[in-house]
Amino acid sequence: MSFLQTRPSAKWVLSVGLILLAISFIAGSARGAYAISPFELLNVVWSALSGAADTSPQHMVFMNIRLPRLLLGVAAGAALGLSGALMQGLFRNPLADPGLIGISSGAALAAGITIVMGSVWFPDLPRTLGSWTLVVTAFTGSLAVTLLVYTLSQQDGATRVTLMLLAGIAINALAGAGLGLLTFFATDEQLRNIQFWLLGSLGGARWSAVALVGAVVLVAVCAGMSLARPLNAIALGEAQAALLGVPVERVKRYAVLVTALAVGAVTATTGIIGFIGLVAPHCVRMVAGPDHRVVLPGSALLGAALVLLADSVARTAVKPAELPLGVLTAFVGVPFFLLLLRHFKSRL
Amino acid sequence: MKTQNHPTRRSALTRALSLSSLPLALGGFAWSAPAVLAQTLPTTKLPRIVSVSGSTTEIVYALGAENQLVGTDTTSLFPAAALQTAKVGYQRQLSAEGLMSLKPDAVIGTTEAGPPVVLDQIRSAGVKVELVEADHSWAEVQRKIAAVGRATARRTEAGALQTRLDAQWAGVQALVAKAGGQGTKAPRVIFILSHTTNASVSGNKTAAHAMMTFAGLDNVMASSGNPASYSGYRPMTAEAMVVAAPDVIITTTQGIEASGGVDKFWAKAGLDLTPAYKKRALVALDALYLMGFGPRLPQAVADLHSQAFKVAGRQAV
Repeated sequence: MSFLQTRPSAKWVLSVGLILLAISFIAGSARGAYAISPFELLNVVWSALSGAADTSPQHMVFMNIRLPRLLLGVAAGAALGLSGALMQGLFRNPLADPGLIGISSGAALAAGITIVMGSVWFPDLPRTLGSWTLVVTAFTGSLAVTLLVYTLSQQDGATRVTLMLLAGIAINALAGAGLGLLTFFATDEQLRNIQFWLLGSLGGARWSAVALVGAVVLVAVCAGMSLARPLNAIALGEAQAALLGVPVERVKRYAVLVTALAVGAVTATTGIIGFIGLVAPHCVRMVAGPDHRVVLPGSALLGAALVLLADSVARTAVKPAELPLGVLTAFVGVPFFLLLLRHFKSRL
Repeated sequence: MKTQNHPTRRSALTRALSLSSLPLALGGFAWSAPAVLAQTLPTTKLPRIVSVSGSTTEIVYALGAENQLVGTDTTSLFPAAALQTAKVGYQRQLSAEGLMSLKPDAVIGTTEAGPPVVLDQIRSAGVKVELVEADHSWAEVQRKIAAVGRATARRTEAGALQTRLDAQWAGVQALVAKAGGQGTKAPRVIFILSHTTNASVSGNKTAAHAMMTFAGLDNVMASSGNPASYSGYRPMTAEAMVVAAPDVIITTTQGIEASGGVDKFWAKAGLDLTPAYKKRALVALDALYLMGFGPRLPQAVADLHSQAFKVAGRQAV
């Protein structure tokens, strides 16, 4: 692979990312428990585009079940990949991921509380929120815990990244203990519900959820991109970045806000999808170098592609049942990561 | 999980074989006869069913509607033929596309089935979803039979099964009442659920508690005289076990297996200090049989009653 001896251009990397995403999307469209042949798929797409009435079961399954799921997968993967890159850039730490500032653990704790204590503590909630109850409480929980971590990391009006890292670890441990306590009180059924939630799934995808999460993630991706240059400067150190005229405090606040909203919305809808936020930015960085103008969009593209590939396996490996997605993101992500690690270890 | 054969794709020979073995598998149950007759009914126009609860699956077989059964969940373990159907996973974590791929006309189960979003999706695709609320009563079993009868378009068979089981249930109740009427003190029992390493004990408002009450047994953890009574399951502690001092321990055969045999089961902390230990008074029944609330419930209550009274050293009726 002599053409990779030098770092490829940004355009090249992003084109490859786009192609990878397109391939995973098409592969994901064609595969599923419900058999839809490529010809039928084209028919469905054609009638959807032309607005023709189509009452075939293939049309129903693709438009109402498979397509929203694929789009939610794209949104989830993009949010996780981008946020991972933002966090690693902000903390200047290769082990950082969106979970570090309490988003996942906050969502998990709130979800656990809703599953186990919901009927006792807020029995009226499902009447107003219906099947959105868990989504709303998990999202609230993720924002609350992230805000707590953020508040704890303030010192003299500035956010200290080291404090945020340590506060994040401490609060995560606390949330983990809370969840542990809940599992003690949980019935067998509640325990299984928590367990499935912690393993993540795109199975709850519906158009309303896709629209909401998609909108949040789209805004987050646009906002995240504008942080690319400032993050490049911060890579030199916060003091140097400030000397270069970068509004460091504002960048930190934006990065945390973007991550909290995007990953919070995704996690609340899908449960915890691990590993994408950690792996996608590293993969892009190994191939394309540390420039955030490439790493941020590249991570979003790769994250989306990886989630789609993992979910294709989740949907089809044990059909008509399905595997938990969180398990498969690791199964798909890790080999990919290790392969790149072997190839590019000199660049680490 | 291995891929299961799609029932409609199975050869006629295997279908005939599995059906002919069914009456054997069902043993002497009263409802094996209509199951055999049902083979001859045409199946082309009858609705296709996915059953996502062990109890409704049993009822499908009891109504002789197994040719209409195109998929079951992981809790559908009885009769053995149900293990050969396509498996749609755990009842609370169903997959919309997975269900749709079986092209069912109806999905039947209990209100534990989910997630709600998936049920909404298949409803909007025109699949009928029949869910029965589980309240641990005899009426629950009857509601399930009625629901399966509606979903499978076998209302007549369902009505007949209901009548037959009602009679059986009345007989079992009379039996249990007779034991109480003779002035025999109800054995003090506890139910231990130990399918994993952590054993827990049933309080009030559980399927196990309802079964113990049906069988004329006194669940120590839920009796009105016990200030420490509770609802649901609680982890089993050695000291609480000594305080409870049950005459008989009730558990599942799966629990005995998970513990590694009867001797290892008795070695659980605190059990050797109970009155039950002295007589090794233990009743172990299959989990689905005991707590499934399916068509075998009257039989299970009778079994639980006679076995518990016997090991307690009381006159079994």
